[in-house]
Amino acid sequence: MSDDIAVEARNTVKVYGAGDSAVRALDDVSVTIRKGEFFTLLGPSGCGKTTLLRCIAGFETPTSGEILLSGRDITADPPNKRPVNTVFQSYALFPHLSVARNIGFGLEMMGRAKGDVARTVEKMLALVKLEAFADRKPQQLSGGQQQRVALARALAPEPEVLLLDEPLSALDLKLRKEMQSELKRLQTETGITFVFVTHDQEEALTMSDRIGVMRSGKLLQVGGPREIYNHPVNRFVADFIGETNFLTAKAEGGGFVLASGDRVEAPGERANAGEMTLAVRPEQVRIEAEGAPGAMHATVTETTYFGTDTYCHVRLADGTVIVARLQSPPSGDVGLAPGARVGVRFAEGAVQVLGD
Amino acid sequence: MSIATEAGRRRERARNGWLLASPALLLLLFAASGPLLIVAVYSFLTPGDYGNVVWDFSADGWFRVFLERDIFDGTVSAADAHLTIFWRSLKLSLATTAITFALGLPTAWFIATRPPRERAMWLFLITIPFWTNLLIRTFAIMEVIRNEGILNNVLIGLGIIDTPLQIVFTETAVLIGMAYVYLPLMVLPLFAAIDRFDFKLIEAGYDLYASRWRVLRRVILPIIKPGIVAGSILVFVPSLGAYVTPRVLGGGKQMMIGNFIELQFGQGRNWPLGAALSMLLLFIVMVALLIYVRSTTREAPHG
Repeated sequence: MSDDIAVEARNTVKVYGAGDSAVRALDDVSVTIRKGEFFTLLGPSGCGKTTLLRCIAGFETPTSGEILLSGRDITADPPNKRPVNTVFQSYALFPHLSVARNIGFGLEMMGRAKGDVARTVEKMLALVKLEAFADRKPQQLSGGQQQRVALARALAPEPEVLLLDEPLSALDLKLRKEMQSELKRLQTETGITFVFVTHDQEEALTMSDRIGVMRSGKLLQVGGPREIYNHPVNRFVADFIGETNFLTAKAEGGGFVLASGDRVEAPGERANAGEMTLAVRPEQVRIEAEGAPGAMHATVTETTYFGTDTYCHVRLADGTVIVARLQSPPSGDVGLAPGARVGVRFAEGAVQVLGD
Repeated sequence: MSIATEAGRRRERARNGWLLASPALLLLLFAASGPLLIVAVYSFLTPGDYGNVVWDFSADGWFRVFLERDIFDGTVSAADAHLTIFWRSLKLSLATTAITFALGLPTAWFIATRPPRERAMWLFLITIPFWTNLLIRTFAIMEVIRNEGILNNVLIGLGIIDTPLQIVFTETAVLIGMAYVYLPLMVLPLFAAIDRFDFKLIEAGYDLYASRWRVLRRVILPIIKPGIVAGSILVFVPSLGAYVTPRVLGGGKQMMIGNFIELQFGQGRNWPLGAALSMLLLFIVMVALLIYVRSTTREAPHG
C-alpha cells in the first residue's frame, strides 16, 4: 500500500519567530504524494506552499511533524543526503560553470565516474534540446534556455522526487505555455514524481494529476483538477480556482431559496437549515428569453467582450449580481444591451453547496 | 549638410575629451612616469661619495642587488644578506596575505549577511582604523605585544607563562603588525564580492549532493574569486614594500625590502643600488598585478 507513496508529510508544522510575532507558515499539514505523480501545491503567496517544498528538500527543518520519502523518515537528513532535487524559482545556475558542468554537478558530487557523468550529461542535453549549448555559460542563455538547464541539472541525478518552486514565473506568457507542455512531457518521459509549486491556478489545472490547495499554512483540499474545480470544499478554493458566483441562500424543502426569492435545485445533503453559500461557475449560467419557464427574472447591467467569450452581468430582483460567461457568436455581439430584461437559469448540477 | 555637422560635432567631442583628460594625463606624466624614469636612470649611475649620484654609467647597482664582490680577492658570490631580506619580504607578505584572507573571509561573510542597515555600521567600523596614522597604530600594536605589554601581562597574570614571550623585534611581530594594518584592505573587496553572491547557489549546491566543504570549495570560492584576488593584491603589494611596520615592530633587525631601500638612500649612500632595488620591487608588483588581470579576464569571457 505505502509502496506507491513517494512523499508523505505527517502533521508538519513550521513556525517562524517566537512569542507574539510567531508565524505559523505550516499549520499541521499532512499530505501523501504518489509515485510518478505530477502534484501541484497551489495557493496565494505566503500560504506556506514554498515552505512545505523547502521542508521536503531539507532547506527547512519542520518545527514538528515528519517528512517521509518512500516510507523512510528523512526529517533529520540534510539536503545533500536526500535523493530529492530542486528547480529554483531563480534557476540558481552556477555562473562559473558551463551548461554541461552545471548539469553534471550533482553526479560529480555523488562521486560518479567521469565517463558516466559525460554520458548522462549528453542524455540530459538531448532531453531538454540544448545539445548546441553545452559549452556556454548560463548568463549567455535566454531565460527559457536557463530554465531548461535548471531542469536538466535537477533531473540528471535521477532523484526520487523533483521539486519545482514556481519555475515558470519568470517567463513570458508564450514561453510559459511552451514550458508547461515541456514539463509535462519530461515528467511522463522520466516517470519521476514532480512536486510543483505555483500561485497560477490555470498552470495547476492544466499540468497536474492532483492539486493541493493551501491557504495560511493549511492544506484546504487535495484532489484532481476536475474535482477541485467542480467540487471546491469552501468559498476560498472556489474563489481562488476559476471565477465563481457566490449566492447566499436558505435551505428549503429539498432545494434553496435565494435572497431574491428565486428557487434553486442542488444535489447533496444539507445539514443545517440556516443561511448557506452556493457557488455557480459563470460558464454554467444560461441567459434565456424573459419569462422562459423555470428561469429567474433579471436585468442586464453590463456586457464585456473578451474575444472567444463575452461576460454578461445580470441583476436579480433583490440586486444580487450574477456573472454569466457566454460563447461569443460569430458576429461577436450577444445582443444583450444593458437594461434588457432576460431570464437566467443554472445548468443541471452546476450549483455547489459550500462548506463555509 | 547634416552629415558635415555630425562629423564636426564628433571632432569637437574628441577634442573636448582630450581637454578634459589633460589634468589626469599631466598628473600621470609628472607624478608617476617622470619620477619612475628618474629612478630607472639612477639605477644605472655611479654612487657619489656623500649620497646622490655621479653621472657615469655603471651596472654596479643592479649587480649588487643579487651579487657581491669580495673586497680582498675580488671573487663574486651571491649577496646572502640581500637574499635573506628578499626572502623575508616575500615570506612575510605571503603570510600576511594568507592571514588576512583567513580572518577577512569570515568577517566579510558576516557583514554581507547582516540586514542592510546593520551592514553599513559594520563597514563603517572596518574603516575606523584608517582614521589614525599608521605609525600610531603600529605603536599601539607594540604596546600590546611588548614584553611588559598587555598580552604578556595578562598571560603571566593568568599563570599561563612565567617569563614574557619575546614577540617584539621578531618576524612574528612584523607579521602581526602587517596583518592588523592590512586586514581592512582584504575585507572590503571580499565584502563587495560576497555582497553580489547569490546565496541561492549554496542551496543549489547543497541540494545537488555537495557537502558543506565542497559547496565552499566548488561554488562559493570560485564565484567570489575576483574579490579574493583583488584583496590579496591590495594586501600583498603594500606588504612587500612595507616600511613603518618592520621598522618599528622588527626593531631594525627584521629588515624588509622597504627598509633596505631606505638604507641605501640614507646611511648606505648608494643611490643606484637603492634605485635598482626599487625597480625590482616595482617589477614584482607588476607580476602580481599581471596575475590578477589574467585571472579576472579569463573567468569572465562574457561581461
